Amino acid sequence: MQTYLPRKTSEGSRQQTGGRDQLSEPPVVVFTQNGKGKARNVGDLVFKNLTLFFAAVVFSLVFLMAYEMYKGSNLSIAKFGWKFLWTSVWDPVRGDFGALPYVYGTIVSSLVALAIALPLSVGVAIFLAELSPDWLEKPVSFLVELLAAIPSIVYGIWGMFVLVPIVRSSIGPFLTKYLGFIPLFTGAPYGFSMLAAGIILAIMILPIITSISRDVMAAIPNAQREAALALGATKWETTKIVLSNAKSGIAGATLLGLGRALGETMAVTLVIGNISRISIHLLDPGYSMASVIANEFTEATSDLYLSSLIEVGLLLFGVTIILNAIARVIVWSVTKRFAS
Amino acid sequence: MELATLEESATAAMENTTPGQPPISSIPHKMIAKDLNCFFGKTQAIRNVTLAIPTDQVLAIIGPSGCGKSTFLRSLNRMHEVAGGTLTGKVLLDGMDVYDSDPVVVRRRVGMVFQKANPFPTMSIFDNVAAGLRLNGTRNKNKIGETVERSLKQAALWDEVKDSLNKSGMSLSGGQQQRLCIARTLAVDPEVVLMDEPASALDPISTAKIEELIYDLKKNYTIAIVTHNMQQAARVSDFTAFFYMGELIEVDDTKTMFTAPQQKRTEDYITGRFG
Amino acid sequence: MTKGSNAGVDRWRKFKNAFMIGLSVLSALVVIAPLFVIFGYTLSRGIGSVNLDFFIHMPKPVGETGGGMANAIVGSLMMVGIGGLIGLPIGIIAGVYLAEFGKNPFGAAVRFMSDVLSGIPSIVVGIVAYVIVVIPMKHFSGFAGSVALAILMIPTVTRTTEEMILLVPHSLREASLALGVPSWKTTIRVILPVATKGITTGVLLAIARAAGETAPLLFTALGNRFWSTSLNQPMASLTVFIYDYSKAPFTDWNNQAWAAAFVLICIVFLVNILFRLVTRSRYGIGNT
Repeated sequence: MQTYLPRKTSEGSRQQTGGRDQLSEPPVVVFTQNGKGKARNVGDLVFKNLTLFFAAVVFSLVFLMAYEMYKGSNLSIAKFGWKFLWTSVWDPVRGDFGALPYVYGTIVSSLVALAIALPLSVGVAIFLAELSPDWLEKPVSFLVELLAAIPSIVYGIWGMFVLVPIVRSSIGPFLTKYLGFIPLFTGAPYGFSMLAAGIILAIMILPIITSISRDVMAAIPNAQREAALALGATKWETTKIVLSNAKSGIAGATLLGLGRALGETMAVTLVIGNISRISIHLLDPGYSMASVIANEFTEATSDLYLSSLIEVGLLLFGVTIILNAIARVIVWSVTKRFAS
Repeated sequence: MELATLEESATAAMENTTPGQPPISSIPHKMIAKDLNCFFGKTQAIRNVTLAIPTDQVLAIIGPSGCGKSTFLRSLNRMHEVAGGTLTGKVLLDGMDVYDSDPVVVRRRVGMVFQKANPFPTMSIFDNVAAGLRLNGTRNKNKIGETVERSLKQAALWDEVKDSLNKSGMSLSGGQQQRLCIARTLAVDPEVVLMDEPASALDPISTAKIEELIYDLKKNYTIAIVTHNMQQAARVSDFTAFFYMGELIEVDDTKTMFTAPQQKRTEDYITGRFG
Repeated sequence: MTKGSNAGVDRWRKFKNAFMIGLSVLSALVVIAPLFVIFGYTLSRGIGSVNLDFFIHMPKPVGETGGGMANAIVGSLMMVGIGGLIGLPIGIIAGVYLAEFGKNPFGAAVRFMSDVLSGIPSIVVGIVAYVIVVIPMKHFSGFAGSVALAILMIPTVTRTTEEMILLVPHSLREASLALGVPSWKTTIRVILPVATKGITTGVLLAIARAAGETAPLLFTALGNRFWSTSLNQPMASLTVFIYDYSKAPFTDWNNQAWAAAFVLICIVFLVNILFRLVTRSRYGIGNT
């Protein structure tokens, strides 16, 4: 039985903190004084450390991958150094490798994809975030996500059986006829081309650019829209304001889409033609980094050959990681800025 | 911050007694909070509160919204820290320092019923009541069965559910769910039951049932109930403590509190001049 | 922005407004169209060849008609299964860590790394699996393919597990803790059961993604024209089957490739629809 200790009146209290509600620093907490009382439970400790271990595994996976790939490309890095990036020769017999045509092919096909996808994605994002009523927005968003779920091999065979013939017989001749004075829009009549690769990649990266752009636009507070409308702006003019706020977020989304395009293998391999050349003509066939790896990895007859292919993979790895990291930081900071 | 020893505080306190405190050494108390200050980060929610919870009685804690009643309650069973809060001061349960012990042990001895009923959605009525027992290692089927029945009877829910113990806990009405949560709390056989506005989300009939329940429970349990409903406090409790802006203004036996409060602020609140 | 008092200006703005809205609606249609076109084409070319034979027979030699892709189906099932056994527990437990303890800088780092991991091209993951499994083993194997798929599953399942656990109302955790149940038991016996439905569909999503992968299998599991259930040897898979048979100059084989593609796309769509239905609270704008 405890002796009851009456409460001191506020004036006489020894632990008065000056009547303020806010302190300058958080106070010392009694119950961790001697470490007892908190998490005495062995179970808690084991659980925390066990889950921590697996989280650490996930964390270190990327580093592990980087290390293994670097090790695997040792031979070709040692032999070619940086000129691997800007030489065009690819000669397994003589043991001379340069990845420029593949780098070129990857970049060009991805840029074509971006050029096609970006306006469309932003258009759809505007539609979803600003214009469409709720009952329409959800199904359309879902359909866009289904587009992302289609396996790349299915895109690839559709591209090969449907898109390539269309490029060969319709799009190609059309472009050559009306825009042929620009070298970009001419080229070989095979159908298998940089353009075909760009188109199929565009369809594949649409969902990711759209959904992130839509999320970023939706995160912009309604107060901004209301302010614009109250000033007499039209819907489109209001949207322009939202867009200008969402600019960096959309840039981040674009980078993510670009990253996806750079690394896409199966769809590109089946439509790009797989001819190692550098050409300004979009209708000419080309070759991408992912495609050369896919096609030649099992054919690599020498260690140097294999190492060169792995180095191409390492390049792809490095570029996509950097793009992804930058993109995610941008998108994260934009949505954080607008989260109230 | 230095902690006072028992003797030092007692001596210092002899100089000032808070108006309204009954000559209390004759009343046994189960728990006591001493010089309690509770914080959320830098914001102080409870300021220098010293309050005893009398054994096997009902102590009502009243006060306007935001005065810290719930925070105080949660500091008694170490739920305050679960929400990320910190505190200084002491809380004793039968003389044992609550903050120097295993929180799991403390919470088994001091149970809590929340404002919004929170039965476990994936469990049946039976499993909900048995949850505390099972999760703490009890396996004996007979013991579990008996305890579930006893608890449901204590919570005045047995007659309504005894034929449908396998139905989901979520299939009950709001009032029934709250009684289910009370049964669940009682099943682990706590010594103290803390109630945080248990009937505020319920209709008058369910509220009346719960108040009856509380009246019966105090025979065996020490109860502290936070309520914003003064009439409820007057109906149900033996002692009432009035909090305002994080401070304990007055505590007295309920009859005195509601008929002849000593502090003006208490009187103002009780007569409805603010709230 | 000034209010146009000039009727002409107003009309121009109205026109621009309507035009832009129209463009936006048009782009929505243009974007959705490929979905129907591709699915429709796959359906039309594939459904004719989908029959029982397709599922239970082995590929026939060149020149003979008929046959199926039983070995490819079984191969895919096995590799996705083993890959799942490796990758899913890692991802789920990491997800539990992030939900329970992850509000610190290390948790943020893990989340970041998981997102980065999900952006790595699958062919690169194939190379890694080649280097860490095929080279030491000195031959291609179904196991190497499984490892590649495991790595691919991890980021998806980590993030969805974390999200599903965070969706469980805090009041349940409070109720359990107040009963004197230790924190770890609360997580395992109270929180996780409630999150199970969502976690499962996240798992299905990861599995569906892995099942649709081709590139990482090209030089890990390689492919196999014969029946094999040994993870220690090259193993056929549905996706590589589609790749090989679609490139071949035989119409019969092409048709089979389309049939396989149709089966694949149906499975993937079904899983995605299921996922959407279960996570309806994530549906719509602003609910990320």
